[in-house]
Amino acid sequence: MQFQFNSSEPIYRQVAEQIEDAIAAGGFEEGQQIPSTTEISKEFHINPATVLKGMNIVVAKNLIEKRRGLGMFVTNGAHQRIVSEKKNLFFENFVVSLVKEARSLDISESELLELIKRGYDK
Amino acid sequence: MSVLEVSHVSKSFGSKNVLQDVSLTFDENKIYGLLGRNGAGKSTLLNIMTNRIFADTGEVKIDSERINDNDAKLGLIFLMSEVNLYPNGNTLNQIVADTELIYGSFNHQLAERLAKEFDLDLTSKFGKLSTGYNSIFKLILALCVPVKFVLLDEPVLGLDANHREMFYSELIQTYTDNPRTFIISTHLIEEVANLISDVIVLDEGRIMLDQPVEDVLAKTHSVVGPQKDVDAYTKGLNVIGHDNMGTIRVNYVYGDLDDRRLPDTVQLSNFDLQKLFIFLTNQFEGSRHYEN
Repeated sequence: MQFQFNSSEPIYRQVAEQIEDAIAAGGFEEGQQIPSTTEISKEFHINPATVLKGMNIVVAKNLIEKRRGLGMFVTNGAHQRIVSEKKNLFFENFVVSLVKEARSLDISESELLELIKRGYDK
Repeated sequence: MSVLEVSHVSKSFGSKNVLQDVSLTFDENKIYGLLGRNGAGKSTLLNIMTNRIFADTGEVKIDSERINDNDAKLGLIFLMSEVNLYPNGNTLNQIVADTELIYGSFNHQLAERLAKEFDLDLTSKFGKLSTGYNSIFKLILALCVPVKFVLLDEPVLGLDANHREMFYSELIQTYTDNPRTFIISTHLIEEVANLISDVIVLDEGRIMLDQPVEDVLAKTHSVVGPQKDVDAYTKGLNVIGHDNMGTIRVNYVYGDLDDRRLPDTVQLSNFDLQKLFIFLTNQFEGSRHYEN
Protein backbone atom coordinates (compact mmCIF):
# COMPACT_ATOMS: atom_id res chain seq x y z
CA MET A 1 0.00 0.00 0.00
CA GLN A 2 1.39 3.38 -1.03
CA PHE A 3 -0.24 6.14 0.96
CA GLN A 4 0.13 9.65 -0.35
CA PHE A 5 -1.86 12.10 1.67
CA ASN A 6 -2.86 15.59 0.70
CA SER A 7 -4.58 18.36 2.61
CA SER A 8 -7.53 18.85 0.29
CA GLU A 9 -9.65 15.97 1.53
CA PRO A 10 -10.42 14.55 4.97
CA ILE A 11 -7.85 11.91 5.96
CA TYR A 12 -10.45 9.22 6.77
CA ARG A 13 -11.79 9.47 3.23
CA GLN A 14 -8.26 9.25 1.82
CA VAL A 15 -7.65 6.13 3.93
CA ALA A 16 -10.81 4.56 2.43
CA GLU A 17 -9.81 5.55 -1.12
CA GLN A 18 -6.27 4.24 -0.78
CA ILE A 19 -7.54 0.86 0.43
CA GLU A 20 -10.00 0.71 -2.47
CA ASP A 21 -7.30 1.73 -4.95
CA ALA A 22 -5.02 -0.99 -3.60
CA ILE A 23 -7.79 -3.57 -4.08
CA ALA A 24 -8.54 -2.26 -7.59
CA ALA A 25 -4.86 -2.42 -8.56
CA GLY A 26 -4.55 -5.96 -7.24
CA GLY A 27 -2.29 -4.98 -4.33
CA PHE A 28 -4.77 -6.62 -1.97
CA GLU A 29 -6.33 -9.70 -3.50
CA GLU A 30 -9.75 -11.11 -2.68
CA GLY A 31 -9.69 -13.20 0.45
CA GLN A 32 -6.38 -11.65 1.47
CA GLN A 33 -5.87 -9.90 4.81
CA ILE A 34 -5.19 -6.17 4.73
CA PRO A 35 -3.08 -4.28 7.31
CA SER A 36 -4.76 -3.63 10.66
CA THR A 37 -5.91 -0.23 11.88
CA THR A 38 -2.94 -0.10 14.23
CA GLU A 39 -0.46 -1.02 11.50
CA ILE A 40 -1.74 1.72 9.16
CA SER A 41 -1.94 4.15 12.04
CA LYS A 42 1.63 3.46 13.19
CA GLU A 43 3.09 3.52 9.72
CA PHE A 44 1.58 6.85 8.67
CA HIS A 45 1.12 8.50 12.08
CA ILE A 46 -2.62 8.83 11.69
CA ASN A 47 -4.95 8.80 14.67
CA PRO A 48 -6.36 5.24 15.05
CA ALA A 49 -9.92 6.57 15.22
CA THR A 50 -9.41 8.29 11.84
CA VAL A 51 -8.08 5.09 10.26
CA LEU A 52 -10.99 3.12 11.70
CA LYS A 53 -13.46 5.63 10.30
CA GLY A 54 -11.90 5.18 6.85
CA MET A 55 -11.94 1.38 7.17
CA ASN A 56 -15.60 1.45 8.17
CA ILE A 57 -16.48 3.20 4.91
CA VAL A 58 -14.87 0.33 2.99
CA VAL A 59 -16.61 -2.22 5.25
CA ALA A 60 -19.97 -0.51 4.64
CA LYS A 61 -19.43 -0.93 0.89
CA ASN A 62 -18.85 -4.63 1.53
CA LEU A 63 -15.36 -4.50 0.01
CA ILE A 64 -13.61 -5.69 3.15
CA GLU A 65 -14.98 -7.65 6.09
CA LYS A 66 -13.97 -8.16 9.67
CA ARG A 67 -13.22 -11.71 10.75
CA ARG A 68 -13.43 -11.80 14.49
CA GLY A 69 -10.06 -12.21 16.15
CA LEU A 70 -8.24 -12.33 12.82
CA GLY A 71 -8.53 -8.92 11.17
CA MET A 72 -9.82 -7.37 7.97
CA PHE A 73 -10.06 -9.33 4.71
CA VAL A 74 -10.94 -8.39 1.13
CA THR A 75 -14.38 -9.78 0.25
CA ASN A 76 -15.19 -11.92 -2.77
CA GLY A 77 -16.13 -9.81 -5.76
CA ALA A 78 -14.62 -6.65 -4.25
CA HIS A 79 -12.31 -6.09 -7.18
CA GLN A 80 -15.16 -6.23 -9.72
CA ARG A 81 -17.37 -3.91 -7.65
CA ILE A 82 -14.65 -1.27 -7.33
CA VAL A 83 -13.90 -1.43 -11.05
CA SER A 84 -17.55 -0.92 -11.98
CA GLU A 85 -17.85 1.95 -9.51
CA LYS A 86 -14.75 3.55 -11.01
CA LYS A 87 -16.20 3.05 -14.50
CA ASN A 88 -19.35 4.86 -13.46
CA LEU A 89 -17.29 7.78 -12.20
CA PHE A 90 -14.94 7.80 -15.17
CA PHE A 91 -16.92 10.38 -17.13
CA GLU A 92 -17.28 12.71 -14.17
CA ASN A 93 -13.70 12.29 -12.89
CA PHE A 94 -11.74 12.19 -16.13
CA VAL A 95 -13.69 13.03 -19.27
CA VAL A 96 -15.14 16.31 -18.00
CA SER A 97 -11.75 17.65 -16.97
CA LEU A 98 -10.11 16.32 -20.14
CA VAL A 99 -12.57 18.24 -22.32
CA LYS A 100 -12.21 21.33 -20.15
CA GLU A 101 -8.41 21.25 -20.47
CA ALA A 102 -8.67 20.60 -24.24
CA ARG A 103 -10.94 23.63 -24.66
CA SER A 104 -8.57 25.87 -22.72
CA LEU A 105 -5.79 24.74 -25.09
CA ASP A 106 -7.94 25.28 -28.20
CA ILE A 107 -7.85 21.58 -29.06
CA SER A 108 -10.88 20.80 -31.23
CA GLU A 109 -13.14 17.79 -30.76
CA SER A 110 -11.72 15.98 -33.76
CA GLU A 111 -8.15 16.73 -32.65
CA LEU A 112 -8.94 15.36 -29.20
CA LEU A 113 -10.43 12.18 -30.64
CA GLU A 114 -7.31 11.82 -32.79
CA LEU A 115 -5.13 12.19 -29.66
CA ILE A 116 -7.15 9.58 -27.79
CA LYS A 117 -6.75 7.21 -30.71
CA ARG A 118 -3.00 7.83 -30.67
CA GLY A 119 -3.03 6.98 -26.94
CA TYR A 120 -4.58 3.60 -27.73
CA ASP A 121 -2.08 2.87 -30.50
CA LYS A 122 0.89 3.52 -28.27
CA MET B 1 -14.84 8.26 32.39
CA SER B 2 -12.17 10.65 33.62
CA VAL B 3 -12.39 14.25 32.56
CA LEU B 4 -9.73 16.90 33.10
CA GLU B 5 -11.20 20.36 33.32
CA VAL B 6 -9.49 23.73 33.28
CA SER B 7 -11.88 26.51 34.20
CA HIS B 8 -11.28 30.24 33.97
CA VAL B 9 -7.56 29.98 34.67
CA SER B 10 -5.56 33.22 34.61
CA LYS B 11 -1.93 33.71 35.46
CA SER B 12 0.41 36.64 35.30
CA PHE B 13 4.12 36.98 35.91
CA GLY B 14 4.72 40.56 37.04
CA SER B 15 2.83 42.79 34.63
CA LYS B 16 2.66 40.14 31.90
CA ASN B 17 -0.64 38.27 31.59
CA VAL B 18 0.50 34.81 30.52
CA LEU B 19 -2.91 33.12 30.63
CA GLN B 20 -6.20 34.95 30.41
CA ASP B 21 -9.41 33.18 31.38
CA VAL B 22 -8.50 29.83 29.89
CA SER B 23 -11.22 27.16 29.99
CA LEU B 24 -10.74 23.71 28.43
CA THR B 25 -12.13 20.21 28.85
CA PHE B 26 -10.02 17.15 28.09
CA ASP B 27 -12.02 13.99 27.53
CA GLU B 28 -10.85 10.47 28.11
CA ASN B 29 -8.82 8.61 25.47
CA LYS B 30 -8.27 11.40 22.99
CA ILE B 31 -5.02 12.80 21.62
CA TYR B 32 -4.95 16.59 21.86
CA GLY B 33 -2.49 18.89 20.14
CA LEU B 34 -1.73 22.05 22.13
CA LEU B 35 -0.30 24.56 19.68
CA GLY B 36 0.97 28.06 20.21
CA ARG B 37 3.86 30.29 19.32
CA ASN B 38 6.80 30.81 21.66
CA GLY B 39 5.59 32.56 24.80
CA ALA B 40 1.91 31.82 24.09
CA GLY B 41 1.51 30.23 27.55
CA LYS B 42 1.53 26.50 26.69
CA SER B 43 4.11 25.45 29.27
CA THR B 44 2.56 27.65 31.95
CA LEU B 45 -0.81 26.01 31.31
CA LEU B 46 0.65 22.49 31.49
CA ASN B 47 2.49 23.37 34.70
CA ILE B 48 -0.71 24.69 36.27
CA MET B 49 -2.56 21.54 35.17
CA THR B 50 -0.06 19.45 37.12
CA ASN B 51 0.12 21.67 40.20
CA ARG B 52 3.75 22.62 39.58
CA ILE B 53 2.78 26.28 39.63
CA PHE B 54 -0.44 27.90 40.79
CA ALA B 55 -3.06 29.84 38.92
CA ASP B 56 -3.90 33.37 40.11
CA THR B 57 -7.56 32.63 39.55
CA GLY B 58 -9.53 29.69 38.23
CA GLU B 59 -9.12 25.99 38.91
CA VAL B 60 -8.16 22.62 37.50
CA LYS B 61 -10.29 19.59 38.30
CA ILE B 62 -10.32 15.89 37.50
CA ASP B 63 -13.81 14.41 37.72
CA SER B 64 -15.06 17.49 39.58
CA GLU B 65 -12.34 17.35 42.25
CA ARG B 66 -9.66 20.02 42.45
CA ILE B 67 -6.17 18.70 41.83
CA ASN B 68 -4.39 21.08 44.20
CA ASP B 69 -2.65 19.07 46.92
CA ASN B 70 -4.87 16.16 45.93
CA ASP B 71 -2.43 13.23 45.62
CA ALA B 72 -5.09 10.82 44.36
CA LYS B 73 -5.89 13.09 41.41
CA LEU B 74 -2.32 14.25 40.77
CA GLY B 75 -1.38 10.58 40.54
CA LEU B 76 -3.55 10.40 37.41
CA ILE B 77 -1.46 12.98 35.51
CA PHE B 78 2.13 12.93 34.30
CA LEU B 79 3.88 15.90 32.72
CA MET B 80 6.99 15.37 30.63
CA SER B 81 8.74 18.68 30.02
CA GLU B 82 12.07 20.25 29.32
CA VAL B 83 12.63 20.90 33.02
CA ASN B 84 14.85 18.24 34.56
CA LEU B 85 13.44 17.07 37.87
CA TYR B 86 15.92 14.28 38.40
CA PRO B 87 19.34 14.31 40.12
CA ASN B 88 22.17 14.24 37.57
CA GLY B 89 24.10 11.67 39.56
CA ASN B 90 21.30 9.08 39.57
CA THR B 91 21.23 6.24 37.12
CA LEU B 92 18.19 5.89 34.90
CA ASN B 93 17.29 2.66 36.70
CA GLN B 94 17.21 4.55 40.02
CA ILE B 95 14.94 7.22 38.54
CA VAL B 96 12.63 4.50 37.20
CA ALA B 97 12.48 2.95 40.70
CA ASP B 98 11.69 6.35 42.27
CA THR B 99 8.99 7.03 39.68
CA GLU B 100 7.44 3.64 40.39
CA LEU B 101 7.31 4.51 44.11
CA ILE B 102 5.50 7.79 43.39
CA TYR B 103 3.00 6.38 40.89
CA GLY B 104 2.45 2.98 42.49
CA SER B 105 3.39 0.93 39.46
CA PHE B 106 5.45 1.07 36.26
CA ASN B 107 5.39 -0.80 32.96
CA HIS B 108 8.92 -2.23 33.14
CA GLN B 109 8.37 -4.49 30.17
CA LEU B 110 7.54 -1.53 27.90
CA ALA B 111 10.37 0.56 29.36
CA GLU B 112 12.92 -2.14 28.61
CA ARG B 113 11.64 -2.69 25.10
CA LEU B 114 11.71 1.07 24.37
CA ALA B 115 15.18 1.49 25.89
CA LYS B 116 16.44 -1.31 23.66
CA GLU B 117 14.72 0.07 20.57
CA PHE B 118 16.09 3.58 21.12
CA ASP B 119 19.46 2.13 22.15
CA LEU B 120 19.39 3.74 25.60
CA ASP B 121 21.45 2.21 28.41
CA LEU B 122 19.41 2.37 31.62
CA THR B 123 22.55 2.02 33.75
CA SER B 124 23.89 5.40 32.54
CA LYS B 125 23.69 8.48 34.72
CA PHE B 126 20.92 10.99 33.99
CA GLY B 127 23.33 13.95 33.87
CA LYS B 128 25.41 12.29 31.16
CA LEU B 129 22.57 12.07 28.61
CA SER B 130 22.64 14.16 25.42
CA THR B 131 19.66 16.48 24.77
CA GLY B 132 18.03 13.87 22.53
CA TYR B 133 18.50 10.98 24.96
CA ASN B 134 17.37 13.19 27.83
CA SER B 135 14.06 13.63 25.94
CA ILE B 136 13.90 9.93 25.05
CA PHE B 137 14.36 8.85 28.65
CA LYS B 138 11.67 11.25 29.90
CA LEU B 139 9.34 10.01 27.16
CA ILE B 140 9.88 6.44 28.27
CA LEU B 141 8.90 7.45 31.82
CA ALA B 142 5.80 9.25 30.48
CA LEU B 143 4.65 6.21 28.47
CA CYS B 144 5.24 3.71 31.31
CA VAL B 145 3.55 5.37 34.29
CA PRO B 146 -0.02 4.24 35.11
CA VAL B 147 -1.80 7.55 34.54
CA LYS B 148 -4.97 8.63 32.72
CA PHE B 149 -3.52 11.89 31.38
CA VAL B 150 -0.10 12.09 29.74
CA LEU B 151 1.03 15.66 29.12
CA LEU B 152 3.98 16.02 26.76
CA ASP B 153 5.61 19.44 26.49
CA GLU B 154 7.82 19.49 23.38
CA PRO B 155 8.25 15.70 23.44
CA VAL B 156 10.60 15.44 20.47
CA LEU B 157 13.03 18.18 21.50
CA GLY B 158 16.49 17.22 20.26
CA LEU B 159 15.31 13.95 18.67
CA ASP B 160 16.59 13.20 15.18
CA ALA B 161 14.13 12.38 12.38
CA ASN B 162 14.49 8.60 12.86
CA HIS B 163 13.83 8.81 16.58
CA ARG B 164 10.86 11.12 16.04
CA GLU B 165 9.32 8.59 13.62
CA MET B 166 9.90 5.82 16.16
CA PHE B 167 8.38 7.88 18.93
CA TYR B 168 5.15 8.65 17.02
CA SER B 169 4.74 4.97 16.13
CA GLU B 170 5.36 3.90 19.74
CA LEU B 171 2.91 6.52 20.95
CA ILE B 172 0.20 5.01 18.73
CA GLN B 173 1.09 1.48 19.83
CA THR B 174 0.85 2.28 23.55
CA TYR B 175 -2.29 4.35 22.97
CA THR B 176 -3.88 1.36 21.19
CA ASP B 177 -2.76 -1.14 23.86
CA ASN B 178 -3.79 1.07 26.74
CA PRO B 179 -6.04 3.97 25.69
CA ARG B 180 -5.59 7.16 27.72
CA THR B 181 -5.54 10.88 27.10
CA PHE B 182 -2.48 12.52 25.57
CA ILE B 183 -1.92 16.26 25.41
CA ILE B 184 0.98 17.10 23.13
CA SER B 185 2.44 20.57 22.99
CA THR B 186 4.66 20.98 19.95
CA HIS B 187 5.96 23.35 17.31
CA LEU B 188 6.23 20.56 14.76
CA ILE B 189 2.62 20.85 13.61
CA GLU B 190 2.93 18.86 10.39
CA GLU B 191 4.35 15.87 12.23
CA VAL B 192 1.34 15.59 14.56
CA ALA B 193 -1.38 16.97 12.28
CA ASN B 194 -2.91 13.56 11.50
CA LEU B 195 -2.04 12.04 14.85
CA ILE B 196 -4.11 14.34 17.02
CA SER B 197 -7.89 14.14 17.12
CA ASP B 198 -8.42 17.58 18.62
CA VAL B 199 -6.52 20.83 18.31
CA ILE B 200 -6.15 23.68 20.76
CA VAL B 201 -4.48 26.89 19.68
CA LEU B 202 -3.27 29.21 22.39
CA ASP B 203 -2.35 32.74 21.37
CA GLU B 204 -1.06 35.35 23.79
CA GLY B 205 -2.59 33.51 26.73
CA ARG B 206 -6.03 33.06 25.19
CA ILE B 207 -7.73 30.06 23.59
CA MET B 208 -8.07 30.79 19.91
CA LEU B 209 -9.29 27.38 18.75
CA ASP B 210 -10.49 24.25 20.55
CA GLN B 211 -12.11 21.72 18.22
CA PRO B 212 -11.81 18.31 16.55
CA VAL B 213 -9.20 18.51 13.76
CA GLU B 214 -11.65 17.13 11.22
CA ASP B 215 -14.15 19.93 11.89
CA VAL B 216 -11.41 22.54 11.76
CA LEU B 217 -10.03 21.35 8.41
CA ALA B 218 -13.52 21.21 6.89
CA LYS B 219 -13.72 24.95 7.47
CA THR B 220 -10.46 25.82 5.70
CA HIS B 221 -10.83 27.00 2.12
CA SER B 222 -8.20 28.38 -0.19
CA VAL B 223 -9.71 30.36 -3.04
CA VAL B 224 -7.39 30.72 -6.04
CA GLY B 225 -7.79 32.75 -9.22
CA PRO B 226 -7.59 36.26 -10.68
CA GLN B 227 -7.62 38.83 -7.87
CA LYS B 228 -10.86 40.53 -8.93
CA ASP B 229 -12.84 37.28 -9.05
CA VAL B 230 -11.30 35.88 -5.87
CA ASP B 231 -11.98 39.06 -3.89
CA ALA B 232 -15.55 39.18 -5.17
CA TYR B 233 -16.13 35.56 -4.22
CA THR B 234 -14.72 35.93 -0.69
CA LYS B 235 -16.34 39.29 0.08
CA GLY B 236 -18.01 39.08 3.47
CA LEU B 237 -16.36 35.73 4.30
CA ASN B 238 -13.81 35.28 7.07
CA VAL B 239 -10.58 35.81 5.11
CA ILE B 240 -7.65 35.18 7.46
CA GLY B 241 -4.79 35.52 5.01
CA HIS B 242 -3.77 35.84 1.40
CA ASP B 243 -0.95 35.19 -1.04
CA ASN B 244 -0.14 36.85 -4.35
CA MET B 245 1.65 35.06 -7.13
CA GLY B 246 1.85 37.57 -9.97
CA THR B 247 -1.74 38.32 -10.93
CA ILE B 248 -3.00 35.17 -9.23
CA ARG B 249 -4.49 35.69 -5.82
CA VAL B 250 -5.10 33.18 -3.04
CA ASN B 251 -7.49 34.15 -0.27
CA TYR B 252 -7.53 31.83 2.75
CA VAL B 253 -10.97 31.54 4.33
CA TYR B 254 -11.70 30.01 7.71
CA GLY B 255 -15.39 29.34 8.23
CA ASP B 256 -18.37 28.36 6.17
CA LEU B 257 -18.76 29.38 2.55
CA ASP B 258 -22.17 30.61 1.47
CA ASP B 259 -24.00 29.30 -1.58
CA ARG B 260 -22.90 31.98 -4.03
CA ARG B 261 -21.83 30.53 -7.39
CA LEU B 262 -18.15 29.75 -7.88
CA PRO B 263 -16.86 31.52 -11.04
CA ASP B 264 -15.15 29.27 -13.63
CA THR B 265 -11.90 31.18 -13.14
CA VAL B 266 -11.75 30.41 -9.40
CA GLN B 267 -10.68 27.16 -7.75
CA LEU B 268 -11.47 25.93 -4.28
CA SER B 269 -9.58 23.53 -2.04
CA ASN B 270 -8.80 23.05 1.64
CA PHE B 271 -5.55 24.00 3.37
CA ASP B 272 -3.70 22.38 6.24
CA LEU B 273 -3.41 22.86 9.98
CA GLN B 274 0.03 24.45 9.86
CA LYS B 275 -1.10 27.13 7.44
CA LEU B 276 -4.21 27.80 9.52
CA PHE B 277 -2.07 28.07 12.64
CA ILE B 278 0.28 30.57 11.01
CA PHE B 279 -2.58 32.81 9.87
CA LEU B 280 -4.48 32.62 13.16
CA THR B 281 -1.44 33.49 15.26
CA ASN B 282 0.14 36.02 12.93
CA GLN B 283 -1.99 38.96 14.04
CA PHE B 284 -2.83 39.26 10.39
CA GLU B 285 -5.80 41.43 9.46
CA GLY B 286 -8.95 39.42 9.96
CA SER B 287 -7.38 36.90 12.33
CA ARG B 288 -8.91 38.63 15.33
CA HIS B 289 -12.38 38.52 13.85
CA TYR B 290 -12.69 34.81 14.30
CA GLU B 291 -14.70 33.73 17.30
CA ASN B 292 -14.47 30.17 18.45
